[in-house]
Amino acid sequence: MTYVRIVWAHLAKDLRLEWRSKDAINGMLFFSLLVVVLFSFAFDPTMAVSRQISGGILWVALLFASVTALNQTWTRELRHQVLDAQRMAPSPASALFLSKVLANFLFVSMIQIVLGPLFIVFYNLRAIGQGWLMLLVLPLGTLALVVNGTFFAALSLRTRNREMLLPLILFPVSVPALLAMVQSTTAILTGESDPGLWIRMLGGYDVIFLTLCLLLFETILGAE
Amino acid sequence: MSSVVNTTHAVQLHEVSKLYGSFAALRKVTAEFAVGKCYVILGQNGAGKSTLLRLIAGLIRPSFGICSILGSAEAGTMRHSIGYLSHASMLYDELTAMENLRYSARLYEDNSHSTTSLWQPEQVLAMVGLDARLDRPVGKFSQGMRQRAALARVLMAKPELLLLDEPFSNVDLASSAQMLRVLAELRAARKTILLTTHQPELARPIADFICTMHEGQIVSLEPAQSPEGRSA
Amino acid sequence: MKKTLLIGLPISLALLAMGFYQAMYVAPTEATMGNIQRIFYYHFPSAIMALLFPYVNFAASLVFLATRRSNPLRAQAADALALASAEMTLIFCSIGLATGMLWARPVWGIWWTWDERLTSFLMLWLIYVSYLLLRRFTAGGQTQTLAAVLSVFAAIDVPIVYMSIRWWRTQHPSPVIGGGPNSGLDPSMWPAVWWNLAGWFVWGVMLVILRYKLERKRQWTEQESALQALEASLETAR
Repeated sequence: MTYVRIVWAHLAKDLRLEWRSKDAINGMLFFSLLVVVLFSFAFDPTMAVSRQISGGILWVALLFASVTALNQTWTRELRHQVLDAQRMAPSPASALFLSKVLANFLFVSMIQIVLGPLFIVFYNLRAIGQGWLMLLVLPLGTLALVVNGTFFAALSLRTRNREMLLPLILFPVSVPALLAMVQSTTAILTGESDPGLWIRMLGGYDVIFLTLCLLLFETILGAE
Repeated sequence: MSSVVNTTHAVQLHEVSKLYGSFAALRKVTAEFAVGKCYVILGQNGAGKSTLLRLIAGLIRPSFGICSILGSAEAGTMRHSIGYLSHASMLYDELTAMENLRYSARLYEDNSHSTTSLWQPEQVLAMVGLDARLDRPVGKFSQGMRQRAALARVLMAKPELLLLDEPFSNVDLASSAQMLRVLAELRAARKTILLTTHQPELARPIADFICTMHEGQIVSLEPAQSPEGRSA
Repeated sequence: MKKTLLIGLPISLALLAMGFYQAMYVAPTEATMGNIQRIFYYHFPSAIMALLFPYVNFAASLVFLATRRSNPLRAQAADALALASAEMTLIFCSIGLATGMLWARPVWGIWWTWDERLTSFLMLWLIYVSYLLLRRFTAGGQTQTLAAVLSVFAAIDVPIVYMSIRWWRTQHPSPVIGGGPNSGLDPSMWPAVWWNLAGWFVWGVMLVILRYKLERKRQWTEQESALQALEASLETAR
């Protein structure tokens, strides 16, 4: 119970900070909007193939956008050495991690709520498969991005070139998740194959890496 | 908080060294800091004062040597009894003082240390002379106010051992005086205080011992001679 | 280091020479691919080595994480081994990819295909590049801890990568000729495979040991110079 209260305290703080500064969300929103617009110049959205590639575009846009935000959430803790206070607090470190994951999850979900309709309009999309499954794929995929992203952002926090390091270590590890997101989204949009396998895989990926991150976060935070 | 410790020494350092690559920030420091005393640590920039405090706080680990805090040599076990304040405020600029303190209070509550073992945010803010109703974010505070708010955050967990790294730098005189009053009360309540400063004349009234550091070593540790020190 | 070279170098060179002889002169020419198939005798051992050393890296990283507080000396040794095996993984992985591409070009008519094996291999390569980049970008005592953590992530991620790519490719069968390159290998070709495998194995292990010793020496020199600085300044301070 105490654990939940601590997670909530961290999360409420992060949401309040974001509400007052709007550092992460504005940048993320505009960035992913730009990516969608740019992609529609690069790949003509009126073509029949747009249905095939739009799953990929959506997730790549979200991946890039979340990287811009992931760095923000931890830099905030570096200012005025708040991170030292976090490291000295007796509350469990994993609670801090979990709250950051939740905060980032909320931010990226908010982006999706804005971006989703735009995407449908720009690419003239209509799910041929079972559209409601997207309600499963989107949160699971977002979680997969955000769990490892938050962890690796914390990992690269006190290194040189941290802004650059994050994508370099995040992207290779995220390949299976990205593959599953894109494949399931494409399967739903085209209705040509069954997305079930990929959705299950996303779920498995989320569980495995969330556990791993929670176990190893204290090590990362304590590393000098 | 049940951290009344059965030891006469708040901090015991035995041949503690801290190396960064081939640079030695602390060199075989052996020292003891008694419970309930106030130590003022002097020294030039790069003498190792901040490293010493960060090491005692458990934020960094010694490369060699043993560092025992409040009777425990295992790092991290005593962290609820240590208050560490650096010249950075460790507060969020976007939040008000009350919000910062309430948040911090949550992190110090858990089953073994219930809420009653913490001061209320209003109480500590009153101690450092800040108005709890102030709804200005900390980022808009003056340096003195911000530092007092930072001190309030540290005091909230009722620490036995206070580590203050340059608490008076860039702080106006009124705020420094207020902070000194609080520290004097803590000293009277038998809390241990380790304080580094560039302005020894400010801290002298509350000092029991003056400790001088040079090039990563403690070169002298002597009782404070100032007559005001006795009267304070 | 001299001893390692003295023992390792003759053995590996002899094995590799035998392997070369077997591969180039003894093994029969493959019916459809011709002489180009002989690159297989180099491609296969590198690929196997690239799959072997990640396990060493993972095990060493686990030892590091487990002992970094309780037994720092052992942890340092484990970290040196982790670094050595990671670099070796990358080298063999690169050789495997390069020889594979050289082989694919004349045989399949393409340099690269997104086949399950090739893609997983590329992912392995990418992950170890990011591991070494992380080591380069971090400073001081945190490098080893962070790298060990990333190694654990890599170890868990690689099987998932492999499975996901398998599923991906089974859903969209690729037009690549034949099954695995290993299927239906003529018995007369096996000696060349074994000699080369043994040769490259000894060669790889020798390089890892050399690299390990080099890293240990670096750690030792760093510590020594730090201790020297410590002692020297103690004298001047008195």
